[in-house]
Amino acid sequence: MELLEVRNLKTYFKTQKGMVKAVDDVSCSLSYGKVLGLVGESGCGKTTTALSIANLLPPEGRIVGGEVLLEGEDLMGLSAGKLRKKRWKEVSIVFQGAMNALNPVMKVGLQIAEVLMLHDKLTYEQAMIRTKELFKLVEIDEERVNQYPHEFSGGMKQRAMIAMALACNPKIIIGDEPTTALDVMVQAQILNLLEKLKNEINMGLILITHDLSVLGEICDDVAVMYAGKIVEKGKVEDIFENHQHPYTYKLMNAFPNIYGERKLSDSIPGNPPNLLEPPSGCRFHPRCEFADERCKTKEPMLAEVGHRHFAACHYGGVFK
Amino acid sequence: MSDIRSEIRNRKLVQFLKSLKSSKMGMIGAVILVFFLLLAVFGPIIYPYDPQVFGSGGEVMNPPSSEHPLGTDDMGRDVLGSLISGARVSLLIGVLATLISMVVGTVLGILAGYYDNKLGALIMRFTDFFLVIPWLPLMLVLAAILGTSVWNIILVIGLTGWAGTTRVVRAQTLSIKERPFIERAVAIGSDGKHIMVKHILPNVFPLVFANTILVSAVAILSETTLSFLGMGDPTRPSWGMMLHYAFESGAASIGAYWFFIPPGLAVVLVVLSFTFLGYAFDEILNPKLKGR
Amino acid sequence: MKRSYVIKKVLQALLTIAAILIFNYFLFRIMPGDPLQSVMRNPKATPEAVERLKALYGLNDPWYLQFWIYIKHLFQGDLGMSFLYKKPVYEVIGTRLLPTILMVGLAEVLAIISGIIMGIMAAVRRGKSVDVASLSFSLITYAMPTFWLGIILVSIFSVSLHLLPTTGLLTPGQTYSSTFAMLADGIRHLILPTLTMSLVLIGEYALLMRNTLIDVLTEDYITTAYAKGFKEDYVIKKHAVPNATLPMITIIAMNLGLVIGGAIQVETIFSWPGIGRLMYDALTARDYPLLQGIFLMITVCVIIANLLADLTYGYLDPRVKQ
Repeated sequence: MELLEVRNLKTYFKTQKGMVKAVDDVSCSLSYGKVLGLVGESGCGKTTTALSIANLLPPEGRIVGGEVLLEGEDLMGLSAGKLRKKRWKEVSIVFQGAMNALNPVMKVGLQIAEVLMLHDKLTYEQAMIRTKELFKLVEIDEERVNQYPHEFSGGMKQRAMIAMALACNPKIIIGDEPTTALDVMVQAQILNLLEKLKNEINMGLILITHDLSVLGEICDDVAVMYAGKIVEKGKVEDIFENHQHPYTYKLMNAFPNIYGERKLSDSIPGNPPNLLEPPSGCRFHPRCEFADERCKTKEPMLAEVGHRHFAACHYGGVFK
Repeated sequence: MSDIRSEIRNRKLVQFLKSLKSSKMGMIGAVILVFFLLLAVFGPIIYPYDPQVFGSGGEVMNPPSSEHPLGTDDMGRDVLGSLISGARVSLLIGVLATLISMVVGTVLGILAGYYDNKLGALIMRFTDFFLVIPWLPLMLVLAAILGTSVWNIILVIGLTGWAGTTRVVRAQTLSIKERPFIERAVAIGSDGKHIMVKHILPNVFPLVFANTILVSAVAILSETTLSFLGMGDPTRPSWGMMLHYAFESGAASIGAYWFFIPPGLAVVLVVLSFTFLGYAFDEILNPKLKGR
Repeated sequence: MKRSYVIKKVLQALLTIAAILIFNYFLFRIMPGDPLQSVMRNPKATPEAVERLKALYGLNDPWYLQFWIYIKHLFQGDLGMSFLYKKPVYEVIGTRLLPTILMVGLAEVLAIISGIIMGIMAAVRRGKSVDVASLSFSLITYAMPTFWLGIILVSIFSVSLHLLPTTGLLTPGQTYSSTFAMLADGIRHLILPTLTMSLVLIGEYALLMRNTLIDVLTEDYITTAYAKGFKEDYVIKKHAVPNATLPMITIIAMNLGLVIGGAIQVETIFSWPGIGRLMYDALTARDYPLLQGIFLMITVCVIIANLLADLTYGYLDPRVKQ
């Protein structure tokens, strides 16, 4: 049995202008002790996919279809109370740019202790002892439990966030751009830490990023998202070296910028599509130099193009 | 070029009015306000009334009747007549005081934003000072010193109500100053006065307009309160003056509701109409608020 | 709290107070209604008498000397003599402070508590009937002149229902069997003025709390709190409300100027023997020294309240504290 299986997930947002299909029929899976990377431009539905797993969408967002199976149990079918018990205890999240993910007027230590008191039924004293251990684990001086977030540096906040995510020994940690906005040294530290901890407690890790170097470094599997859909997924080697979708091709061959990072946002010509009225046929066709009539009218399905390797392109692999 | 600009501005105005039409709150506000404006302009013609003519002893504090639809006051005057002629006074004071506040506030705001140096700092110190002085006591003291007349009331309300506008206009000016077209204007050698009048003023105008609505509501409330506290012009009774007379004659304790309810209700409706319009404009100018 | 922060705020407040003193001086001396105007307008006053009075009040001295004397007197607590009461201004003001503090203080406490609760309910049930009702309440109480609301309440509770007294601190001419009976009578007199004051404030605070809380609820740390598996009640109480309450402190203090404006109206309506009613009486009698004294005191109080709010905020907000 897989640790996590997402099947045909559909998450839509109701806006004034109409329905935005932020996540449209996404399926992926994660095994124990493995790392799944979710990659794509901003606005492609990565974060929404992650938030949908624990049903943490803002009021205007709704999951309209699909299943999220955690060790075989469908989280969508759970009552609100039962789902709350699973949050953080089984699936915890390290949010994007931890700058605002920590409550500015609550001591950092207490923000970790409160979750231990809730899920592990610890007393305040026990929770603080465990919090200090967690601080040690992520290499923050344990004296700092009584400090407020603004007294932490960016990297420290991110590590505190990871300590918080680890507090209840969850089965899955979702890292939503956990290293964005940090300098390269701190970035490496945090990734190493995550990898080490993952191996120690055999948990699964979902890493959302648009930084390819991060992806190559620690992921086992990669799913490439475009306009709310997965366009290609497979083992990390396949995605990097044997990609079958023109979008992945462009991602991988995007020029590194002057800082030596390979990021997607500004490297592919054209704009991500408007999800209110997505393009017909293959959603990538307006930006694809290989597109023809068929791509404009018929939507390609994800098809197996190799061992555990799928791509959604009419001309999978042939375009090269 | 200026033709194109005014064309664009006109089109924006049409669009604006269309959005206003689609806002329920804005429509209600506009209808109420237009009603009172018409009442102030044409009411005294249709329903003649002279506040200086007092009724006989038997006509004092009479409840509503067919002759006096809203009864009579402590001087035997027709309350409906006072209400209609009071509309003219109250709205006139509100409009003119607001005008003064907006002119002072906008000019100081643009100056403080454009001259981001000692002059700007000085203006802002002055503004903050005005913001911190408690408003009603200041107006009362000024009115007591200047003496009670309609023009003094207008001056007092106008000269105490500009500070908020200065702050928002300054903030907006600071951000407009960073835009490329100002740099271009500086580059081709336009002087400060030209840039402020031709480039910055048109761009802060929507903000000034939205602020005018809020300031109008405050001006009407201020007039009512000042007059109620005895600072009104006895020769031209406003709604606030009517309430002053009602209070002084003990209308509430003898249950003469027809005397103190109508003028107060009129003030509430006018202020509400401004508030509604303000909400509607806010929604149009900041569409992202709409989802809230 | 950083020492530099405290020093900066205190200095700012002192500077503003200094500006107020100057402003107040010129307001009352240079403008047409100078303190001797009423005497000088008296047709019976001979030119010699006017000159004598001018000399007595130092009006022939150069302005800087006059200003210096004004400041010196101020620091000695000398605010001049009240025309109306024929007593020193500070004495007249002194007897009126307590009733105002009692009434305004009570109204503030009531309004802060109910306003915050109402604001939270509206923000959490945004767009639902609770929210619409609280919003309508805020808009209507905002649009009402405070004194008119007072008159309406009097006509309902005193005139129609005969439940509560309308004026004063105590029933005039009443003899009390015990202190308790006197206290009970005082409380009955306190209800309507306090209610009027707080009704206006509740709407304002509720609206502010609602809007601040709605902003806070979109912050990342709120999503974190939900992701941690906490119930909505807990997230609101422990994470959202503390963040929303902080800005409220500043707003409530800044609002004191408006509250005093309300107190003038309410005390006038209910003949409540406080500073507000005193100001109304001073206005009606054009008692300039008294008016000036009250204006100065109110303004300085507002500045000090703002300073205290800044310091409290600095103490409570960890971001300023260290």
